[in-house]
Amino acid sequence: MTAPAYGAPARRRVPPPRPRGLAARLRPAAVVALVVLVMGVPLWLVVVTAAKSQGEALSPDLSLPSRWQLWENLGQVWQQGEVPAAFLGSLLVVVPSVALVLTLGSMASWILARRAGRLNAVLYALAISGIVLPPAVVTIVLLLRQLGLAGSVVGMVGVYAGIYMSTVIFFVTGFVRTVPVSIEEAARMDGAGPVRVFVSVILPLLRPVLATATILICLYVWNDVFYAFFVVGGRLDTLPLNLFQVANAGLYLDNWHLIFAYIILMSLPLLIIFAVAQRKIISGITGGAVK
Amino acid sequence: MPTGQETLTRPPTGRRKPAGPRPAATIARNRTHPIWFLAPAFAILFVFFFLPTVFNFVYAFTDWSSFKSDIRPVGFENFSYLLSDGTLFSALRITVSYAVLVALFQNLFGFGLAVLLEKDTWLNRTARLVFLIPVLMSALAVGYLFQALLKPDGSLNDLLSAVTGQPVDVAWLGSTTWTLVLAAVIHAWKWMGLSMLIYLAGLKTIPQDVTEAARIDGASSGQAFWSVRFPLLAPAITFNVATALLGSMNGFDIVQALTGGGPARSTEILNIFIYRTFGQGLFAQATTMSLVLFLMVALLAFPVIRVLRKREEIL
Repeated sequence: MTAPAYGAPARRRVPPPRPRGLAARLRPAAVVALVVLVMGVPLWLVVVTAAKSQGEALSPDLSLPSRWQLWENLGQVWQQGEVPAAFLGSLLVVVPSVALVLTLGSMASWILARRAGRLNAVLYALAISGIVLPPAVVTIVLLLRQLGLAGSVVGMVGVYAGIYMSTVIFFVTGFVRTVPVSIEEAARMDGAGPVRVFVSVILPLLRPVLATATILICLYVWNDVFYAFFVVGGRLDTLPLNLFQVANAGLYLDNWHLIFAYIILMSLPLLIIFAVAQRKIISGITGGAVK
Repeated sequence: MPTGQETLTRPPTGRRKPAGPRPAATIARNRTHPIWFLAPAFAILFVFFFLPTVFNFVYAFTDWSSFKSDIRPVGFENFSYLLSDGTLFSALRITVSYAVLVALFQNLFGFGLAVLLEKDTWLNRTARLVFLIPVLMSALAVGYLFQALLKPDGSLNDLLSAVTGQPVDVAWLGSTTWTLVLAAVIHAWKWMGLSMLIYLAGLKTIPQDVTEAARIDGASSGQAFWSVRFPLLAPAITFNVATALLGSMNGFDIVQALTGGGPARSTEILNIFIYRTFGQGLFAQATTMSLVLFLMVALLAFPVIRVLRKREEIL
């Protein structure tokens, strides 16, 4: 939708800074202090501990490691934590869930936003009920067993799609309502059927809100351990499930260096995506929440 | 599609809404916005969301467990068991306190950050990005990180010792009252970046001339902020409070990684109880707690839904 803004034209006109007393001049210092204390200390702890030997990391502190062995620790975790398999497992779950929930969710949202009447209101209320109501995580397991989907990727994808469908429908329906119907009518005049109108007119217009929903749902599913534990725990590896195992295996050994190395490995993909696309991600999230 | 037929045969709802849809319009809408578009999404919702929820109401009243092959109804036995040993009420109390504390802290932090970082300087832009890093991190990782930071011989005590000049060794995660508060602060720490973004977006949508008009009328900068700009942030507040409240009621990872429910089960929120009980093979008990969580959230959510609806109508 919005044209990507590169370089100088993106910069809006900046008013000349007006120093307003002491508070305004202290503000940058406060920002730096806050970033260092509130974010710097925890993140520093992760990096230095991940680079220490087991003995040094036994009681993790902020000191520098006597010898940096970040690569060795990452390598050890890569093998012991079975990172490649878990990474693949995470991808296998995240990609289909997000694709499914976005496609089917926006199809439903289009209809829910455009129709009026009591039945439609009831359907909409049902569709967004999942935003507030918690999923019945224990009986999902039973149901999946009855369906023969227990422990399978298909079952996990279905569960995530069921949990996050409401979120997508809520966001997208609100967005479709702001799109004028006359745009659709123009296409209909030219002889387009509903499928054609949806695919070539509505879907492209939904891009900003779909981007937001993609980011949020990717975040939730990529980092989820609770539902994964119930549905696929032990039969399929995902990154958070393996972190849980690495950490619990070290319960009596305190393998802090391995836990933090794993945290780095696991957060890296999201951090890289974020670093590359941060401007779009931020405008997507803010645009989606407060229209 | 059978669902489509249903609307066609349904009598027009003209009595309630005088300006409601006429049959002709309904038929036209069936052609332009066919109801079968709803089918796949509702099929998924039905199988993976509604059906397990219905099951929740059934299996909470059985003796389903991993120790027996048959499942028999037992009435309210699970409830009375959980009530009698006090687990039910303590878990409810802990979950609600946790959710309220998270909503409070997350909004305070997020709002403070948004106000502090409002101006578009390069420093503020960088700081905003840094505060978003925890949002991307897994909640499990955040829990382990703070467990390490808050150990009695951990970094926070080291830092405090260095600042105060005398040895500090507070067992931060050892108090049965304050550990829950700390867990809520950490939950808020993880998500405050997102709250900040939404407050920033709210602040950005307020036109500048509104504030300028207030200044011309003689308002101080504090007055202009609290009486003019703050009320206009209402939609952002609604969104942030609702998501924080509901999100933390479903919380698990942070507390599990931080304390595992301890000390003395003082941080055992409902989902940790469900996870632990399920792991022990006591499926029916876990289901009962899951039902309790469902009922509690449903009860608390209705006011929240009403507020969200209102907000939607305004915008």
